[in-house]
Amino acid sequence: MTVNSIYKEEKKSAFQKVSEVIITMASRPSGFIGLSILVFHIILAFISPYIAPYDFKAINPTLMLQAPSAEYWFGTDDLGRDVFTRTILGGRTALTITFFGSLIALLWGGLLGIFCGLVGGKIDDIVMRIVDAFLSIPWILAMLLIVSLLGTSTEVLIPALGFFYGKGIVRVARAATHDVIAKDFIVSARARGHSNFSIIWNEIIPNVRDAILVEGAMRWSWMLLGFSSLSFLGFGVSPPTPDWGLMISNARGLMSFAYWAVIAPIVGLSSLIIGINLTADAFAKALGIDRSTKAPV
Amino acid sequence: MSDIIQKVKNLSIGFKSKKGEEILILKNISTKIKKGETVGIVGESGSGKSTLALAMMGYVKHGLYTIGGECEFNSSNLLNMKSKDLEKIRGRKIAMIPQNAGQALTPNLKIGYQIDEALQLHSDLSEKEREKKISELLNKVRLPSPETIALRYPHELSGGQQQRVAVAMALAGTPDLLLLDEPTTGLDVTTQAHVLELLNFIAKDTGTSMVYVSHDLGAIAQVSDRIIVMYSGEIVLEGPSRDILKRPIHPYTHGLLKSIPKLSLAGLPESMPGSQPQPGIIQSGCSFFDRCNFSEDKCKNNSPQLEFLKELNTSVRCFNYEKLLKESQVNQNVNKIKNNSKDKEILNLSEVSISYAKQKLLDQIFNRISDDNPTVKDININIKKGETIALVGESGSGKSTILKSIAGLLRTKDGFIRFDENRNLSSDLKERNPNDLRIIQLIFQNPDESLNPNHTVEEIIAQPLKLYFGLKGEELNKNIIDLLQKVRLGEFYMSRYPRQLSGGEKQRVAVARAFAAKPDIILCDEVTSALDVSVQAAVLNLLQQLKEDFGTTYIFVSHDLAVVRAISDRVAVLYQGRLCEVGPSNDVYKFPSHPYTEVLLGAVLEPDPDIKPKLVAEDIVEEKPPEKGCSFQGRCSRILGDICKKDIPPWQLTDSGNAIRCHIPIKELQKEQF
Ligand SMILES: Nc1ncnc2c1ncn2[C@@H]1O[C@H](COP(=O)(O)OP(=O)(O)OP(=O)(O)O)[C@@H](O)[C@H]1O
Ligand code: SF4
Ligand code: SF4
Ligand SMILES: [Mg+2]
Repeated sequence: MTVNSIYKEEKKSAFQKVSEVIITMASRPSGFIGLSILVFHIILAFISPYIAPYDFKAINPTLMLQAPSAEYWFGTDDLGRDVFTRTILGGRTALTITFFGSLIALLWGGLLGIFCGLVGGKIDDIVMRIVDAFLSIPWILAMLLIVSLLGTSTEVLIPALGFFYGKGIVRVARAATHDVIAKDFIVSARARGHSNFSIIWNEIIPNVRDAILVEGAMRWSWMLLGFSSLSFLGFGVSPPTPDWGLMISNARGLMSFAYWAVIAPIVGLSSLIIGINLTADAFAKALGIDRSTKAPV
Repeated sequence: MSDIIQKVKNLSIGFKSKKGEEILILKNISTKIKKGETVGIVGESGSGKSTLALAMMGYVKHGLYTIGGECEFNSSNLLNMKSKDLEKIRGRKIAMIPQNAGQALTPNLKIGYQIDEALQLHSDLSEKEREKKISELLNKVRLPSPETIALRYPHELSGGQQQRVAVAMALAGTPDLLLLDEPTTGLDVTTQAHVLELLNFIAKDTGTSMVYVSHDLGAIAQVSDRIIVMYSGEIVLEGPSRDILKRPIHPYTHGLLKSIPKLSLAGLPESMPGSQPQPGIIQSGCSFFDRCNFSEDKCKNNSPQLEFLKELNTSVRCFNYEKLLKESQVNQNVNKIKNNSKDKEILNLSEVSISYAKQKLLDQIFNRISDDNPTVKDININIKKGETIALVGESGSGKSTILKSIAGLLRTKDGFIRFDENRNLSSDLKERNPNDLRIIQLIFQNPDESLNPNHTVEEIIAQPLKLYFGLKGEELNKNIIDLLQKVRLGEFYMSRYPRQLSGGEKQRVAVARAFAAKPDIILCDEVTSALDVSVQAAVLNLLQQLKEDFGTTYIFVSHDLAVVRAISDRVAVLYQGRLCEVGPSNDVYKFPSHPYTEVLLGAVLEPDPDIKPKLVAEDIVEEKPPEKGCSFQGRCSRILGDICKKDIPPWQLTDSGNAIRCHIPIKELQKEQF
């Protein structure tokens, strides 16, 4: 029997697989831009405390609302604080909280979705009804309620955000599981007598993992926007910690004469969201998942 | 000149690979379609036949592009035409019936409305005229009572009827050229024969030129005047239908015809080695070189050109066609299968009934199943150790249902399944112990679905070895290599993923996985249906070999009666979940005597222009088995009257051991043959 060279693809290690996906992502212009922006933001979040030129909370009445200059690249705000310093620091909290929030969303959303897809029937119906009911509550109202009851600490924000953004993942995970569950290899595993746990772990998860990860990445950018809205409303990060949402909120009244104080955090926030979005899209394409069919919530 | 309707000139179509190489799907194709002619294009999956048919209507699939050449229709090249001009031709002058056309009908629109839409789009008739035309068209495709059909929704029609509607819609624009992509694939044997007969009639009646694309030489043989054989993106043989089927002068076609099982021959045909190369693999030499029985050294580095032989009116792409010219006819050798069955019973199905009916709450609570008219009823089969018993019947006759119950995947309503003369197998998977699960293994129709795409071959075969025997490390490895060798795959396949294997190789892995459990019984559900014809014989031969080595018992389900003929010792014929006839294959095939068996065997399409299907009964599809009497009463052409409608027919035994369930006495049944 002859061996065709096209089939000469050997088993790869996890590291090889991941790096291959990243290379494929970066080979598209949009993916490359997205990845670069995201990596830039992540690096910035790590090093900004060391490179910030000024103290982010140093108030200086004599330097109020200075226009950008060689000394203060992005100008100063209404309390005379350096906008550049505050901008490069302003993504750290948001990035951290939403990253862990997304992990939680992935975990509970993915597991519940797989569970529903697997058991099907009545239980699936009931659980999905409940999820749908939660979906219909405007999340921001619910968040505000939670935050005003429990405070705005990280321990509250991460699980709360994770919970609300996990609902969409439940649906994706459930749909993906439904597709897989009808396949003969699951029937085959059942007929051999494998346990449910073994079926989920060996047969289902490898086949739904990609779809769930892509959805999680997408949720991350949504969550970032949501978290910044909370900050904007004064329910996210508490002053004086620098945060883009908060900075936009503080400086928006000064827009007409001190545009620099607003523009810098806006650029920071939107570039990060766009970066994550492009990355998630490229991620989906690299894994061969068609995202266009999945409705955003 | 004007009698040529479509002219394909030096057409090459391809795509760019990830690495930027140009990969050809069609290589320099030239052919002509004459007015009123029906041409069959055959080839296995990936040979480029659909791409060619689509190009004939000026369509190149997304991701592919035309590298060179043209498709001329009425002297204008369709491939560089503006889409506005193309729209005027498509549907009106050239119509296409895609694969699964029936399923392509819009589900929520009535049939009449959908045909009307096609008429509005492709003709200039007034509303009144259109109305008349609709019933005319439905009449033409021989649908019963067109008025009522027009008011139905697609799901209220059977598969064959849906296909007829698709034909009616294609005829709406009175096209000059009709392209059909696998028009009967996926339909039942009986329906298939009827639809082809209809298409034959329409071709004669309207004078429309037709191009049939199919992998099935049997279907092509029934309809075409001329046949084009494609292999790996090239035309390898083209000529009059009869000559190609009777005296194929290309080694590929020759081998193919040898490897297709025939009804008249019991036993397994010779298999063709290897499989078709992937696009872009072979750069120099003949693309069939690896698999060719007639190859010479020069074939390796020189590509043969398509050569036109005037005296035969045939074109052939082979250096050695003269060798084949000398062979007067395809001599099919079959390896007679040994009947290994012992006297010992291995599995006994007794009074088995299976129901899919949704159970009422009360029944659910008491964990019982109540259904007066279950999907499968009264199945009594006694299976001997080492034999191959086949279940045949149309789609929906309950073949897979019975297999699922044997595997424990579906609870039975009544009856019991007994293993090895003394052990009753629970019909509930959870109540079977691991050994009960091990002794029965399944092989499925489509290896794409039955192998987890994220597991390597090694992981796939390791699963049963770990589960049942707890093997680990070196021993596990040794066993996997051993199994791979048994299914004729090398050790290096271990690290491959299913997507890196060809269809036949995938199915071999599935076979290896089943044998890994050292089962006593293997349930084969349409195991060769998803495979290319040239690979099918190889898998059948492998199954037979393994069975002889291990003494395994097969329960073999297939809709292909010729395949069943080739491999089985005994056959059970099912209609609507009820048994009609059980007996040794030789007898069932030689003296078909149950009226339904006759219908089934009559409808088989053979790749031989001299064997025409005999269409006995109508191809109506019944939704549910009748409540009383004979299950086949609705379609039986020999129905006796009330007795068939009221009483379940008795089992009658023939001298040779055939059991037939019919009210007509055996003598009578055997007498009235063709
Ligand atoms: N899950 C199900 N729920 C309800 N009815 C079903 C289900 N599966 C099959 N059926 C019905 O049971 C009958 C027998 O189906 P089965 O799949 O056993 O047929 P088959 O002989 O294997 O057909 P095919 O040749 O198409 O595979 C059909 O009428 C079918 O519609
Ligand atoms: S050219 Fe040679 S290899 Fe190709 S089909 Fe003919 S004999 Fe076989
Ligand atoms: S019992 Fe009657 S209906 Fe049934 S197959 Fe025999 S003749 Fe036909
Ligand atoms: Mg079936």
